[in-house]
Amino acid sequence: MMKRFFSVLFSIILLALSVVPCFAGDKKDYSHLRGTTLNVYNWGEYISDGAEGSLDVNKEFEKRYGITVNYSNYESNENMYNKLQSGGANYDVIIPSDYMIAKLIEEDMLAELDFSNIPNYKNVMEKYRGLYYDPENKYTVPYTVGMVGLIYNAKMVEEAPDSWGALWDERYKGEILMFNNPRDAFGVAQCYLGQSINTENLEDWDKAIEALKEQNHLVSSYVMDEVFNKMENGEAALAPYYAGDFLTMYDVNPDLAFVYPKEGVNFFVDAMCVPKNAENKEAAELYINFMLEDEVAVANANYICYASPHANVLESDDYDLKGDPVLYPDEENTPRTEMFENLDYETQNYMNMLWNELKIEGNSNIDAYIGLSTSLVLVVVYFVYKFIKKKRREAMY
Amino acid sequence: MKNKSSLMTRLAGAPYIVWAIIFIIVPLCMVAYYAFTDKSGAFTFDNMLDIGKYTDTIVLSVWLGLLATVICLVIAYPLAMIMANKGPKKQSTMTMIIMLPMWMNFLLRTYSWMTILEDNGLLTTTINSVVDGINKLTQWGIEPIHLINTRGAVVLGMVYNFLPYMILPIYTVMLKSDRSLIEAAQDLGGNKFDVFKNVTVPLSVPGVVSGFTMVFVPSVSTFYISQKLGGTGTTLIGDIIETQFQTAYNYNLGASLSFVLMILIFICLAVMNKFSDDDGGVVI
Repeated sequence: MMKRFFSVLFSIILLALSVVPCFAGDKKDYSHLRGTTLNVYNWGEYISDGAEGSLDVNKEFEKRYGITVNYSNYESNENMYNKLQSGGANYDVIIPSDYMIAKLIEEDMLAELDFSNIPNYKNVMEKYRGLYYDPENKYTVPYTVGMVGLIYNAKMVEEAPDSWGALWDERYKGEILMFNNPRDAFGVAQCYLGQSINTENLEDWDKAIEALKEQNHLVSSYVMDEVFNKMENGEAALAPYYAGDFLTMYDVNPDLAFVYPKEGVNFFVDAMCVPKNAENKEAAELYINFMLEDEVAVANANYICYASPHANVLESDDYDLKGDPVLYPDEENTPRTEMFENLDYETQNYMNMLWNELKIEGNSNIDAYIGLSTSLVLVVVYFVYKFIKKKRREAMY
Repeated sequence: MKNKSSLMTRLAGAPYIVWAIIFIIVPLCMVAYYAFTDKSGAFTFDNMLDIGKYTDTIVLSVWLGLLATVICLVIAYPLAMIMANKGPKKQSTMTMIIMLPMWMNFLLRTYSWMTILEDNGLLTTTINSVVDGINKLTQWGIEPIHLINTRGAVVLGMVYNFLPYMILPIYTVMLKSDRSLIEAAQDLGGNKFDVFKNVTVPLSVPGVVSGFTMVFVPSVSTFYISQKLGGTGTTLIGDIIETQFQTAYNYNLGASLSFVLMILIFICLAVMNKFSDDDGGVVI
């Protein structure tokens, strides 16, 4: 009896739950998406997740639309591309950077967005629309923008650097960190040498690798997100990294300072896209639209600390970084910038080959050779000894 | 009757055989396929020829892996012997203590070693303050030590992470070996060293071989440890392979490097097995 009572009660609750959203009153009716799942694939630490009283964006989205968000992270554009290309994974929303978007569009891996589902697109600033990778605004909605710069520990450097040359300064030997991904690392070297970061002239790449090899003995290690720990704890004096991340580090270690080197820097846009094989495209567009809502965009901008392409965020009083000079330098302090473009296959291959060369350069391996050959000799001696012993024993009987 | 039992055996083994085919044999064939083809799928030896460039890296990986394995063996062997001779209660406590770190994630443990070994980390600052004290007293002028981003740090990471895999098999073998053999040797007048050399060691060889495999293989192919704890001069073959798959999209070179690494490890293990063959033919 009790059991039946509960089951009736339960079904009433379920019914109520499924009816309520009909009254919720969005302009468009998305109630048919209720109960579906949305796969979001984003960079690590790249969304407001409820930590320290911030807004939990994914939870809020789930609460409002009844769509389950399946959220996962990647470490680099290349990582994301590999996972996407292998075909096994299915994602509805991805947030790659400019040059990767260009590659994805070129390979016909992105779906055209239905902007009638994304009315909040009006909030995206004009200057971030129609960029080279998506000139007709068909595939992408900008999420964050930013620049690479030079982070330094003011207590560890002798004078404030203003050039990438500081990363080649013998005085800071063993205190320099460098990007552990070929594109960004070459980017720094190419800016330093005054080349274009999109050069497809292989001789330019040869010169860049020369510079990186020259720098190799000064570098303490090649890092990506380990840079936070190392700079915050004063383990290194200089590191090139993204401007937004500097603000996160600065919160922990106020000795740190930031400069846009005079030679120029890389400017990037990370934008939301929907892969062609997405299974829940409508929900994906709903999610993208949700991310552009003022409140959500401010929460994200506060959390991520990267510059926002959202017009209302820059005006909002809830925005902690409003007018921050690092993120939003005035005209006078804005460096010369260049965006990464998708390199052709041959150049990419060449770059990766050079990168491998750099990584194995400076392995002075004499000890390894000596050690290994000694062990080899020991093993051989042991077997010979055993063999002789055995022969002798046989001879005795 | 006999037929029936063999059918039962086959049925019982079936899940594993299916598992092995899907997750071991097929992937191995795929590695071999990628290793000998180019991007378009045509047969080629180019990937294999490219490997010559990485000889230094392979040698370094094998050397550091071997070093870590030997250190593990030196630490683990006496410990396993002590454990096997303790009372059951103490044994389970000790096993527990050895297993305990393995309950935490491997990546997390390596990451925390990074902060411990940093120049401003706990270990380095402690040692360096002692060094400083000595210098003040004696004017010897000992250089302050530097731990992170060295090969030593990489080997330390390997030893720390894989030590339990060396202790446990040796301990299990010793625990199961027949006490009466040792007693017999003592009765026959062998002193402690004779008993150890002629009874304990030969009996424990299967455990050593299995421990050796379980430490050496992951050490040689690791990439995470060398990335976090090593610096510019410690790129291992695992790092190169990882880059091929993660960033360079060069599956073919990655596969051929893995292929060669597999063969190398196989050779090392075959040599290792030779040791146990001499003493009664035990397989891993």
